[in-house]
Amino acid sequence: MILIALIVVPALTAVAVMFARNARQTRNLSAVGMSIQLILSFYLLYLFLTARASGNTDAILFYDRFEWYPDLNINFDIGVDGISVAMILLTSIVIFTGIFASWEVKNQFREFFTSLIILATGVFGFFISLDLFVMFLFFELAVIPMYLLIGIWGSGKKEYSAMKLTLMLMAGSALLVVGILGIYFHSDVNGAHSFNILELANQNFTIEMQRIFFPITFIGFGVIGALFPFHTWSPDGHSSAPTAVSMLHAGVLMKLGGYGCLKVAIALMPEAAHELAWGFLILTSISVIYGALGVIAQSDLKYINAYSSVSHCGLVLFAILMLNETAANGAVLQMISHGLMTALFFALIGMLYARTHTRIVHEMGGLMKVLPLLSVCYVIAGLASLGLPGLSGFVAEMTIFVGAFQHPDTFHRVTTIVAISSIVVTAVYILRVVGSLLMGPIKNEAYQHLESAKWYEKLATVTLIAAIIIIGIAPLWLSDMIMESLKGMMD
Amino acid sequence: MSLDELMLMRHEWALVAVALVLLIAEIVVNENRKQKIGIVACVLMALVTLLGFLPANTGSVFGNMYLTDPLRILMKNILNVGVLIIFLQSFSWLKQPNYQGRATEFYLLMLSSLIGVNYMISSGHFLMFYLGLELTTIPIAALAAYEQFKSKSAEAGIKLILLSAFSSAILLFGISVLFAASGNLYFQAFESSDSLITVLGFIFFFSGLAFKISIVPFHLWTADVYEGSPTSVTSYLSVISKGSAVFILMIVLTTLFRFIQPMWQEVVYATSILTMTIGNLFAIRQQNLKRFLAFSSIAQAGFILLGVVGGTTLGMATVIYFVLVYVFSNLAAFGVLQAVEQASGKITLDDYNGLYKTNPRLSLVMMLALFSLAGIPPLAGFFGKFFLFTAVAESGFYVLLAVAVLNTVISLYYYLLVVKAMFINSSDAPVATFTSDTTMRISLVVCSVGILIIGFYSPVFAYIKELCGGI
Repeated sequence: MILIALIVVPALTAVAVMFARNARQTRNLSAVGMSIQLILSFYLLYLFLTARASGNTDAILFYDRFEWYPDLNINFDIGVDGISVAMILLTSIVIFTGIFASWEVKNQFREFFTSLIILATGVFGFFISLDLFVMFLFFELAVIPMYLLIGIWGSGKKEYSAMKLTLMLMAGSALLVVGILGIYFHSDVNGAHSFNILELANQNFTIEMQRIFFPITFIGFGVIGALFPFHTWSPDGHSSAPTAVSMLHAGVLMKLGGYGCLKVAIALMPEAAHELAWGFLILTSISVIYGALGVIAQSDLKYINAYSSVSHCGLVLFAILMLNETAANGAVLQMISHGLMTALFFALIGMLYARTHTRIVHEMGGLMKVLPLLSVCYVIAGLASLGLPGLSGFVAEMTIFVGAFQHPDTFHRVTTIVAISSIVVTAVYILRVVGSLLMGPIKNEAYQHLESAKWYEKLATVTLIAAIIIIGIAPLWLSDMIMESLKGMMD
Repeated sequence: MSLDELMLMRHEWALVAVALVLLIAEIVVNENRKQKIGIVACVLMALVTLLGFLPANTGSVFGNMYLTDPLRILMKNILNVGVLIIFLQSFSWLKQPNYQGRATEFYLLMLSSLIGVNYMISSGHFLMFYLGLELTTIPIAALAAYEQFKSKSAEAGIKLILLSAFSSAILLFGISVLFAASGNLYFQAFESSDSLITVLGFIFFFSGLAFKISIVPFHLWTADVYEGSPTSVTSYLSVISKGSAVFILMIVLTTLFRFIQPMWQEVVYATSILTMTIGNLFAIRQQNLKRFLAFSSIAQAGFILLGVVGGTTLGMATVIYFVLVYVFSNLAAFGVLQAVEQASGKITLDDYNGLYKTNPRLSLVMMLALFSLAGIPPLAGFFGKFFLFTAVAESGFYVLLAVAVLNTVISLYYYLLVVKAMFINSSDAPVATFTSDTTMRISLVVCSVGILIIGFYSPVFAYIKELCGGI
């Protein structure tokens, strides 16, 4: 029931917001709905951990099946494992803070919050579903509100970006249709085809079939995970999107890609994954290093963060393709860590922009003196991003590279070293931005009178920072929870 | 002929009765109360539609010339619902002074055409089929030219009648060849073989029917006729006549031509790819929204063929399901088009700039309709398209599937252009805020509810699938 509640609450919130009377009511309704959602997610975590502690070792907990289309064996199958629980937590934190980060949206506020929450509903639904059809339905449901969110409330060349993003992601999901149907029609569960991931996991698909449908599925999910060369929607999309949408999109939506690659493409077709991983490893190594180098050429804060997201999300796919549990564990940790810190980044960029009306790094300077709180938050986000121990980024990257180094052969070594070198580049650009943005003399006299952070801005940033620090200091409960779910997925 | 046998044809009788009532009313009722006839037509049509849902029997009349079974009745019901929605949408349009005293004509002609559709669906003999087809087409050609004061409308009428005559001739030629091949025109006793002459007959027959469905390369009339005809007639052409032709094509291919299945599969495969790709590519360039929807409906025909190509029960079920969804989605889009056209005379894409600011509800309905046509969840169109894809994958045509899914992305692009115009673009002279009348609003609500719930309510598909198992 808790899982049903996790999609009913946002869906009802979205409907309620549609009928809100004014901006204030809209905000309050959204905030209440998403707070309930946050509490539910923590309650889910509590239930999950107590169930595990009491010795329940089922791969999937809270499993439930509702028959939907019996003729096609489509069922509304829901259930969670450690990975899904972690992703649900991430999503509820990001959407919760996203609501507060968009507290000031005045233009067509009802439509804004409704679309934003519909998007979140899609994401929650995606993470709890175990049926490929239902999963795909939620996947597309999460993508399509992006068009309106960017197109209406975005900035810059928003119409171009919105169209590009939507079409590229939809092209990815078009590939997914082929992949899903290929898996479906090659399966045989008691004489019927199946969409259920658990049933499909026990199928021994022929290697010929896997060779065709593994790449299709992987690329299908990879597009939204910013796999090179299909990442080009990401910089434009993120930089044009309004604050909360960037947060949700880079923080959560891109993770649908990694999650899908792991739990659908690799878990269902492991033989082909082992055979073809090398090709994708090359692509993901390029993503990682290209994204990091791309940042250096940028001067717009949002572009900087968008390219760095390409790099970090590339690392997620890179780790998954290492095909061992340690690296995959690191990948999931990285998804969470990156989700939190990129949301923090985008939130802060939004707040800075609202005050300075610019996002160009070299037009700002000395913000530390006038906006101490926001500046410190920015530094923390930056340090998490470059992998400082004690923050979440370190835990994730460390696990990934330990996993990656388990492969003794030259090819894996080379790709790993390429990927690791991105850490250095990351340090360069993060410190450079922090230096010119926050330190030095105040460039513009008008900055002397900037407002300090409001309560809702503080709430959003502090929540995210708290999560980053908690994971950084006490990562074990999380990584154990993930590790348990990964067992057996990679062979 | 016993009463039971008559009852087998109740759909047709009911429609004929409505047509007669309207005809008599037209003569008897005096001039200033003729407006009421429209209400009578809508109410009677609603009754006929409800009547259609009564439990149905399987059987045949006129020595197997006329067949009926629950599946055919379901198809007729779907189309009846469509016509009912069109009647509701055209009600206020017909009240305009230009059509004073001619409104009944509209209902009569459309009902005649619908009777033709019903006979066509139920035909058990090629000549019966031909008769139904002609009865479907000729009244619609008259309706296309209904706005006699507009030259475009007259042009549409003449184009439609000429091309219909042409396609009918091709179709008749096909039927003649088939007669030569099998010596028989009854569907039930039709002995086809894979001889060359059967293939020849099939090619002509298919081409003739392809005109009605506007399958590429027989689609050239579509855009002009859709643009010139009154919007209600365009809706009828794009939903009812297309839907019925698809249905009969599917039945004929899977039953009569089963011996040459490998051959017709290739033809349907190729035309499906052509139809959706060309329909989509041309739709991108359209400024006039009627032309836009014309090309979009050509592309949709290509998608419908996806369900036909496998020749399986699942394929058949998905086609009917898709047509059902398509009725609601397309009629919602045409409904909004008509409402806006009537209130402001505006019909191009640029005119829709900023529509959301002035007419939010209408824009939302339009968005629902377009997203459903594009196949966006959780709307009905998503389920319709996904099931069609399932049918293709079931037959193992993965290349066709890949082409089809890429085409959905192209189609999403141009549907989004309209959404963008309504929601994102701003305009100096947007369509002024207006209230459409009750019948239009009812029809749009019906369509929206259909779009929103059909997908979630799975028994609909289960029911169709079960009926298709019987053929």
